[in-house]
Amino acid sequence: MSLFWISVIMMLGVIVPVLTERYGRTVNTLFTMLAPAIALAYIGSLIPAVLAGEVITETFEWIPAAGLVLSMRLDGLALMFALLILGIGLLIIFYARYYLSASEAAGRFYAYLILFMTAMLSIVLANNVLQLWMAWEVTSISSFLLISFWSAKTESRKGARMALTVTGAGGLALLAGLLLIGDIVGSYNLEVILASGDLIREHMLYPVVLILVLLGAFTKSAQFPFHFWLPHAMAAPTPVSAYLHSATMVKAGIFLLARFYPVLNGTDMWFLIVTMAGLVTLVLGAYVALFKHDLKGLLAYSTVSHLGLIVLLLGLDTQLAAVAALFHIMNHAVFKASLFMAAGIIDHETGTRDMRQLSGLWRFMPHTATLAMVAAASMAGVPLLNGFLSKEMFFAESINQETLGFLSWMVPVLATLAGIFAVAYSLRFIHDVFFNGEPEGLPKSPHEPPRFMKIPVEILIALCLIVGMFPAFVVGDLLASASTAVLRTELPYYSLSIWHGFNIPLLMSIIAIVGGIVVYAVRRHLFRFQAQFAESDAKLVFEGMVQWLVNAATRVDEALSNGSLQRYVAALLTFAILLTAVPLLNHNVTLTHPDNQPVTFVEVVAAVLLCLSAIATVIYHRKRALALVTLSVVGLIVSVAFARFSAPDLALTQLAVEVAAVILLILALYFLPKNTRTESSPSRVARDIGIAAAIGGIVATINYAFITQPLDSISDFYLANSKTGGGGTNAVNVILVDFRGLDTLGEILVLGIAALGIFKLLADIKLSMISANERGLPWSEDKHPPILVMISQSLLPLALLVSFYIFLRGHNMPGGGFIAGLITSIALIQQYIAHGVDWIKPRLTINYQSLIAWGVLIAAFTGIASWAFGVPFMTTWFDYFDIPLIGEIELASALVFDLGVYLTVVGATLLILANLGKLTSVHRPTAEE
Amino acid sequence: METLYVVCVGVITACGVFLCLRGRTFSIVVGLTMLSYAVNLFLFSSGRLHLDGAAVLGTSEQYADPLPQALVLTAIVIGFAMIAFVVILAMRGRADLGNDLVDGREPPDTKKLVNSSRGKV
Repeated sequence: MSLFWISVIMMLGVIVPVLTERYGRTVNTLFTMLAPAIALAYIGSLIPAVLAGEVITETFEWIPAAGLVLSMRLDGLALMFALLILGIGLLIIFYARYYLSASEAAGRFYAYLILFMTAMLSIVLANNVLQLWMAWEVTSISSFLLISFWSAKTESRKGARMALTVTGAGGLALLAGLLLIGDIVGSYNLEVILASGDLIREHMLYPVVLILVLLGAFTKSAQFPFHFWLPHAMAAPTPVSAYLHSATMVKAGIFLLARFYPVLNGTDMWFLIVTMAGLVTLVLGAYVALFKHDLKGLLAYSTVSHLGLIVLLLGLDTQLAAVAALFHIMNHAVFKASLFMAAGIIDHETGTRDMRQLSGLWRFMPHTATLAMVAAASMAGVPLLNGFLSKEMFFAESINQETLGFLSWMVPVLATLAGIFAVAYSLRFIHDVFFNGEPEGLPKSPHEPPRFMKIPVEILIALCLIVGMFPAFVVGDLLASASTAVLRTELPYYSLSIWHGFNIPLLMSIIAIVGGIVVYAVRRHLFRFQAQFAESDAKLVFEGMVQWLVNAATRVDEALSNGSLQRYVAALLTFAILLTAVPLLNHNVTLTHPDNQPVTFVEVVAAVLLCLSAIATVIYHRKRALALVTLSVVGLIVSVAFARFSAPDLALTQLAVEVAAVILLILALYFLPKNTRTESSPSRVARDIGIAAAIGGIVATINYAFITQPLDSISDFYLANSKTGGGGTNAVNVILVDFRGLDTLGEILVLGIAALGIFKLLADIKLSMISANERGLPWSEDKHPPILVMISQSLLPLALLVSFYIFLRGHNMPGGGFIAGLITSIALIQQYIAHGVDWIKPRLTINYQSLIAWGVLIAAFTGIASWAFGVPFMTTWFDYFDIPLIGEIELASALVFDLGVYLTVVGATLLILANLGKLTSVHRPTAEE
Repeated sequence: METLYVVCVGVITACGVFLCLRGRTFSIVVGLTMLSYAVNLFLFSSGRLHLDGAAVLGTSEQYADPLPQALVLTAIVIGFAMIAFVVILAMRGRADLGNDLVDGREPPDTKKLVNSSRGKV
């Protein structure tokens, strides 16, 4: 077993409840408890080692090359949190069995809960801060799922969204902070980071790091001014609230503060920010809690207040304050979980949580009332209970500190004030609900809950009492171990006894209890005073802010993207100019290989012709047919250029493609407007000329820069092995079908996909047929002139013969499957043009789609076939045979591959052109075809 | 020679880019065709310019680089498929939207907007 197994088992545990849901609620619950129970047992077995001072670390090299290491670490602090998470988690699962009604999706609920538990455990066990952050984000997401479990309710959805937005945003700040820490320290390993506190504190970026990490912690722990999300998260089912707001979620923020205490603590900035945030939250939460009529609302603000207390303790400048903070984390988790569960029982058995309706429940549920009273007393800080102990320590530390300089006296005074309110709201929780007259207008007649529903509460209450009476015996070692992990020094002396004699903290406690009773007695006046304020709903304020943000984002978005593709292209090109021009400005190429080839007259003429026709295409682009003519001149000269510069294969391909492309564009032009109106403003034209010229200039420059460099090519290998390895003398073709055969296979696949896409686009297209040309003259009646018919028909066999010849000789001479395929296609298209679709249809019954499929299959099969001979994919084979009458010929498997290429090219070209042509006739392609 | 070659590449590129910035689909198609010529020439020239050196063994003393040629050969065919796809897309756009504008709608007439905001028609 290792710590990693905990994560694995818990992750497996996420699917368990979904799988066992069908076997009934009890079985489902028990199986759900399995994974946390195993994890708890394992962690429990490690307790002695950790308490003895050992820090258990485990490392798993995940992607060492990228420096990504998974690492787990169990020290005292992690142990304390892990026990709380798993222990209270198990009780919550058990409790939820009775809380959720039979009709609710318990499997889903448990799955979310275990996911959340896994994430929390991963936070506390992480030994890598990035790993910690990942888990942190998962808690935000899974808590969103839990809070919005009753997603039919608006308040659930809004509350969940608010929690996710606030904690998620805080998580991003935390990520930034952790990255900065990683940058400063040079490692994301927690051990290393914890050991480099001085380095971080003295770094120039320390204030930024501190603020970012605190943002993460404060949003998660609901510290003022980010406290508003917590009360709204009460829309969650009560087991969720009991879990999220006692032992987990909000405690994750506290954990973060405690974890980074050795690194970030010790500066004035830390003391000031953390103390002030804690102090304000402590008092504000306690005050507001008193006025909440909703039981869970009261508990929510009380939670806010207690979190403030813990944060305040972590912010004070004494070491004992940190010990007190850790002690209170435990105590608060225990009593708050039990209080939430008690509130859930009351809600469950009476149908309401409104304290104005609830009264006198003592008669109906004395057992629950007793449990709730003990828990509330612990919350109020009554002696003999665990809440009293940590509160006493808190009061003691509030006197001992000098954090706020001359104003330090404020801390104990405000702490006592908050204590008064805490007693008052605890009293209200008890008196208003269980006494104070008779219940009125309850939706259900109240009674005790099922026996088992009270068990988790009883366990927690027992803990409250045991810890409250025998603190040193029960949690002394655990607290010492956790404190050592946080303080990283010799622990200061402290005593976990109940009685310290008559001293100021005791006096403060007495003031708090007496004051609380007085405040509760005169609550009517306070309520009247509070009623004068218009109640502001944080939800509305928050939604308003979100709406404002969305509106602002929409405005920015609309300003940037107005739906004009033309504008986007211009922006994109301008950006490309900037990206390429800047490096060119700072780059000086020494032209080692300047112009060394003389220019002949013919070449100059061709170049001038090329440039002129390109420019003519631009000038006449509104007269579309004319533009097409000049465009094809460009294409022709390009193919001549290929021929001139020793690339006969390219010249042939370009020539054939040119013909097909022109046919295609002429056909398309039949359906598109013949002319383009002038609509670009002169300034737009000027801008576009500027962009175009800049890009042309840059491209030419780059081209010149590399064309004049000496060539160091890998092609010598291909040339040397073309004949011996590939069996062909035409190196270009051998590269295509042999050396780089896999590329070619991919390319014919793309060709086939493009053709099929076109086929689909043309299906059921609704086009207006134009009956006249742009000058209003009708189309020629003589669609199929006899001379064209006769010549093209007699040319067909010749063309096919030529393409066959080109195909066969491809391996050794310029030619090959691509070129032969194009020639065949053009010859067939020629027949379409001459005879029309009606004439061709009965005579040529090839299905072009299957032709493409066959082509790709044959090519792929040639590759696969090499496996049969025990050689790698796409290995070719060739040999020479002597056949009578014909002489010696060469047979190569590459020829079969080339056949696949040939078939695909024919199929794709014809599929495109023939289907486009069919649009002019009645044989239009349909979607069903 | 090299200078002449790159000037041609630059001019074709510039013309192609300019046409790609127009608002009608057919100009874009022509522009893209032009750009693919330029790109093919550009890539091809990475094997340098050779005269009388076709990469067919036994035909010359010094061979041109066959690798860029093989790459450009497939690029030409795929370029054709791409042009075909774009042109059919343009037709489909015209059929479904009723116009052949790249943006799918008439550009807003700013003069009219200004007038209407001032209360003039």
